[in-house]
Amino acid sequence: MELVCPAGNLPSLKAAVDNGADAVYVGFKDETNARHFAGLNFTERTFEKAVCYAQDRGRKIFVAINTFPQPRGFDRWQSAVDQAAAYGVDALILADMGVLDYASERWPDLRLHLSVQASVTSSEGIAFYHQNFGIRRVVLPRVLSVNQVAQVITDSPVPVEVFGFGSLCVMVEGRCLLSSYATGRSPNTYGACSPASHVRWEEVEDGTNTRLNGVLIDHYGEGEKAGYPTLCKGRFQVGEHTFYALEEPTSLNTLSILPKLREIGVSAIKVEGRQRSPAYVARVTAVMRAAIDHCLLDPQGYRPKDQWMQQLAGVSEGSQTTLGAYHRPWQ
Amino acid sequence: MKLSIGPIQYFWERQQVLDFYEQAANSAAEIVYLGEVICSKRRLVKFDDWMAIGAELKQSGKEVILSSLTLLEAASELSTLKKLCRNSSFMVEANDVAAIQLLSTAGRDFVTGPSVNIYNGRSLELLAGKGLKRWVLPVELGLETLKDLQARRPEGVETEVFALGRLPLAYSARCYTARSHNLPKDDCQFKCIDYPDGRMLKTQEDQEFLVLNGIQTQSALTHQVLEHVPELEILGVDVLRISPQFQHTLRIIEIFDTARKGADLEPLGEELLSLLPLGACNGYLVDQAGMEYDAAQVA
Repeated sequence: MELVCPAGNLPSLKAAVDNGADAVYVGFKDETNARHFAGLNFTERTFEKAVCYAQDRGRKIFVAINTFPQPRGFDRWQSAVDQAAAYGVDALILADMGVLDYASERWPDLRLHLSVQASVTSSEGIAFYHQNFGIRRVVLPRVLSVNQVAQVITDSPVPVEVFGFGSLCVMVEGRCLLSSYATGRSPNTYGACSPASHVRWEEVEDGTNTRLNGVLIDHYGEGEKAGYPTLCKGRFQVGEHTFYALEEPTSLNTLSILPKLREIGVSAIKVEGRQRSPAYVARVTAVMRAAIDHCLLDPQGYRPKDQWMQQLAGVSEGSQTTLGAYHRPWQ
Repeated sequence: MKLSIGPIQYFWERQQVLDFYEQAANSAAEIVYLGEVICSKRRLVKFDDWMAIGAELKQSGKEVILSSLTLLEAASELSTLKKLCRNSSFMVEANDVAAIQLLSTAGRDFVTGPSVNIYNGRSLELLAGKGLKRWVLPVELGLETLKDLQARRPEGVETEVFALGRLPLAYSARCYTARSHNLPKDDCQFKCIDYPDGRMLKTQEDQEFLVLNGIQTQSALTHQVLEHVPELEILGVDVLRISPQFQHTLRIIEIFDTARKGADLEPLGEELLSLLPLGACNGYLVDQAGMEYDAAQVA
């Protein structure tokens, strides 16, 4: 099982490589990738250094170009593909059919992975991208149970990568428009969910309100720690109750099911978090590296160590973790 | 421009579904999309029922399309999809790429629904080569992008626009309607049946914001393009889709039928607003937040 770690800048990339990532995935400094945040991602200069740093140490570098260009921006996505290809990256992570079509035609030898943003959850869907664009790996959305992932792997024409740790999208990726409904900007069109440009923190008499383009996402009482107003992780009213109607602020953590993921044939484990700090990347990479190594060495005897769980909880949203959709009762 | 009736997104009683399509047979809509697109557990209307409803609508002169499930998870859902794609009577609306694969490799023409991501001309051309006959513009795209896409539209491909309905915004492994009743998805007790227009989600300031419809999340406001009908006509849009709501859908179809014939839009717009479960939005069309509504644009 390959460990694929995120990097939003050069220090994070070094942290991932130095702590045992087999591959690091990055994006360019524009809306061609799904972590289009201010101050994040790679310019051509830092990108060149990133490629060298990873590849000189025998690690792979993947470039995410995984948003959906509209006609007027299409050339920027083409340029991103060309730039990544020119630097000899190990794979592109793509979502849009048009971009996949371009990349497979222009760079037929370049390895293409299907991004989670392509929203493919079945072997037939994977077959479409495999037959038409020659994808060599698929990243599955975080909506399938472990048994469903196993079924997909059995029938898939290409190896499967799944998310192992990080912030949890509760909606199937690539088909979630909640953010653009509230702000006009979505992961598909703009590369960001609940963009910071539309966030407002508001001190009120009895605490803090967090708003997204004016819409109240959550209210925190005195002494309660206010979280970032990601649209699907606020408290709303449904019927008589006010609660986390869609999802709690929590992170995915698969340490407890690593042997199972290995057994069903998962090829790579992805860590979410290109927007997070180098310290986050270092810590999560180190824990996941240790856990995967233990798991591969002794799958029967493997148990997640308390220390690992504590370390991951410390960098999780709301300091809590979940197995998410892998675990049927969560659904 | 033709009018279509999109698939019913909600879980209605069987008799309500049958009654709805009986009325639809006499409506001005030329195209009717049939089938369950949200949740495979909703089985009050079965595959054979849909085929029978389709046959009757065809008798009434409607073009009938069978819509496929949007989010595929269980192996059984893929089996059901395969059966749907093998049907010999009707074209299929693919709401997931798996359906595109099944249909295109079988050499069958198809339609793509709003949840298939066609954001650029290259995607559109690629799918046209696979048998795409009609596509629905993804709901978050606006008129400017539509215009660009229309300019590159391949021969023989029709463009459909989601013209009225609560917006399909997201799909999840989790069932939010069950969750809102503190029930697990595997024991949902079919609570969706109690919410024929979805269950309201409000902010803590009582702003009606989203609607829960099983595993789907919709807008609370109804997206509607009535004021833009003349512009859509000029852009060469072929079909306007009316997504069924629990009440007044047939009257709404009449309103759009009148509008496409060039009637004065202002009184129609006023009546339309009075028929929606909450209020209207149209921000996506004009590159704003989807929830915005610019009533000043009324023609």
